[in-house]
Amino acid sequence: MTAATTAEHAAAEPRVVGRRQRTGAERGKSVLWHLCLLASLVVVLYPAFWVLTASIKPNADIITDLSPIPTTVTWENFASAFDGLAGVPLWRFFWNSFVIAALSVVGIVVSCSITAYALGRLEFPGRKAMFAVVIATLLLPGQVMLIPQYLIFSELDVVNTIFPLVIGKFLALDAFFVFMYIQFLRGIPRELDQAATIDGAGHFRIFFSIMLPLLRPAIVTSSIFTFIGSWNDFMGPLIYLHEIEKFPLPRLLQSYNNTEAVSNYGGMMAMTLLSLVPVVLFFLVFQKFLIKGIATSGVKG
Amino acid sequence: MTIPSTAAPPAAHEAGALAAQAKQRKRGGRRRPAISRRGELLTGYTFMTPWIIGSLVFTLGPMLWSLYLSFTDYHLILGGDFIGLDNYTAMFADPMFSRAVKVTLLYVVLAVPLKLLASLAVAMLLTQKRRGIGFYRAAFYMPSLIAMSVGMALVWKALFAADGPQDQFMSLFGWEGGGFIGNPDVSILMLVLLSVWTFGAPMVIFMAGLLQVPGELYEAAEVDGAGKWHRFVHITIPMLSPVIFFNVLMETVHAFQMFGPAFIIGGTAGGPAWSTLFYTVRIYALAFVDLRMGYASAWAWMLVLAVGVVTLIMFRAAKNLVYYAGEDNK
Repeated sequence: MTAATTAEHAAAEPRVVGRRQRTGAERGKSVLWHLCLLASLVVVLYPAFWVLTASIKPNADIITDLSPIPTTVTWENFASAFDGLAGVPLWRFFWNSFVIAALSVVGIVVSCSITAYALGRLEFPGRKAMFAVVIATLLLPGQVMLIPQYLIFSELDVVNTIFPLVIGKFLALDAFFVFMYIQFLRGIPRELDQAATIDGAGHFRIFFSIMLPLLRPAIVTSSIFTFIGSWNDFMGPLIYLHEIEKFPLPRLLQSYNNTEAVSNYGGMMAMTLLSLVPVVLFFLVFQKFLIKGIATSGVKG
Repeated sequence: MTIPSTAAPPAAHEAGALAAQAKQRKRGGRRRPAISRRGELLTGYTFMTPWIIGSLVFTLGPMLWSLYLSFTDYHLILGGDFIGLDNYTAMFADPMFSRAVKVTLLYVVLAVPLKLLASLAVAMLLTQKRRGIGFYRAAFYMPSLIAMSVGMALVWKALFAADGPQDQFMSLFGWEGGGFIGNPDVSILMLVLLSVWTFGAPMVIFMAGLLQVPGELYEAAEVDGAGKWHRFVHITIPMLSPVIFFNVLMETVHAFQMFGPAFIIGGTAGGPAWSTLFYTVRIYALAFVDLRMGYASAWAWMLVLAVGVVTLIMFRAAKNLVYYAGEDNK
C-alpha cells in the first residue's frame, strides 16, 4: 500500500526530489529538454490556436491567411454565430447540449456507483459472470447494438427525444465507469465495512454513509468525463434527433457546415470555438482530477 | 485521499487476465460471517437491477436481435425475410466492403503505432525529474478531450484545405499534392494525424506505468554497465509491458470504431473517392440512409468478429510477451 501510495502521488505530481548540484552539462540537458518539449507543444497546440484566430478573421482570410495575428480583426463572426441556425438562437443549442450532459452525469454517478459497489464489495451468486460481462463490454463495438436499439426506441415512440441518449447512462451500461468505480473502491480498506457491519449497519447504510463520501474523487472524475463525452457525442444525436430545435451543439455544427458554411465560414469558426470553450474550461479547472482518473483506470476521455 | 492500490498496470492486468484475476480474488477475498450472506444476496441483486435490466434490454437482447437481422434482408420500411447467409456472401462481392475494410485497416495500422510511439516518447521525457512537468502534461493532454468533437473535425477540414496551412507549409518543400482533403491518396492521413494528436491520453497511462518501475532496477543495471538503450530494452519495455498491452488493446479496439470525425470530413460516401470510407461510417449509411438494416447488421457483426479475432490474437501474444512483475511472488 505504501509503495503504491507513493507511486500514485508521483503520478499525480512528479516533484523535483533532492535537487542535485547543477553542473554545466546538467544545465545544457535541461535546456535541451525544455526546447524539445516546447517545440512539440507549439505543434500540438497549433490547431487550438488556429481556431482562436480564425474566429476573428474575415471570411476570405480564414483559410489562406496564415499570419498568427489577424491582419483584419472582425467581431462579425461572433455576431452571426449567436444568431444560430434557421431562426433558432445559439443559446438554445447550448441549453440542449447542457440538458443531455447534465442528465448523463446524474445517471452515470447513480447507476455506476451502486453497480460497482455490488460487483466490487458484495458476494452473491453470478457476480463473477456479471463482472466478466462488464469487462467484455469494454471491448465490444457498440455498432452491433445500434440498429436493434433504434428499432426498440422507435417502437417505444421516443425517437426524436433525448430519452435514447440518456437512458443507457441510468442503467450503468457504460462499462468504463463501472470499472473505474470498482478500481477506486478497491482502494478503500475493507476494515471500514467490517467495522460498520459490527456496529450493525446494513449494506445500504454502508454504501450511502461510508462508500459514497469516500468515492468522491471517482464521482468527480466520472462526472467530468461524462459531461465532456456527452458534450462531444455526435453519433447518438445524429441517429435520434431530427428537429433543429432539439439539436445539441455537434448536430448544429454539422448542419451549419452543410448549409451556411459556404457563405459564412467565419460564423462557423466562431461557433466551433464557442462550442469548445466549456470543455476547455472544465479541463483547466479539473485537470488534476482528470489525469489522475485516467492514470488509475485507463479510462479514455 | 483514498489511493487505489491498483494503478495503471493492474488495470492492464485486469483486461489481460480475467482468469488470473479470479484466482487472485479467491486468495484475496476474506471469509465473512454467514449472517451477512443473505443480506448480500438481496442487496447485490437490488444494486445490480439497473445494470441487469439495461444489459438484457439494451445489450444482450439487441446483440441477438442484430444477429438474427443479419440473416434477413430487413428494410426499415419494406420489412424483410430470412435469407440465410446471403448478406454475408453479398458482403464479399460488395466493392464498398473491400474499400471500407481497406480504409479502416490502413487507419488502424498507421494511427495506433504512431500515436503510441509519440505518447511513449513524450511520457519518457515527462517522467524525468524536471520543472514544469504538470504544465506540459496538461497541455499535451488537452487535445484528447476535444479532438473527437464535430468542431475540431471542422477545424481539421480547414487546416487541410487547398491553400490551407498544411498545403502552404508543404508547398515550401515542393509539395504539389494540394490540401489533403481533396487528395484521395493522402486524405486518410488527416484522420491519422487527428488520432495522433490525441496522444496525451495514452501518454498519461504510460507516465503512471513508468513511475512504478522501481528505480533500483536502473541503478543495478547501471552498475553492471548497461547503457541507456540496454536499460530501455531490458528494463523499461518489460516492466512497462502490461501498460503497453493495455494501451495497444484499447487504442486498436477504438480505432476500428472511428466514426464522428470521419463522418464530418468524408461524409457518408467517404470522399474523396471513398478514401475516408470508414467501416462504421458505411454501417451508418447502410442502416440509416439506405435503411437496409438487415445488411447493415451483417456488416456490424463482421466488425464484432474482426475486433474479436484481433483481441484474441493480442491476448494470445500477450501471454508470451507481457511480463507481470510480482505475479509469482504474490
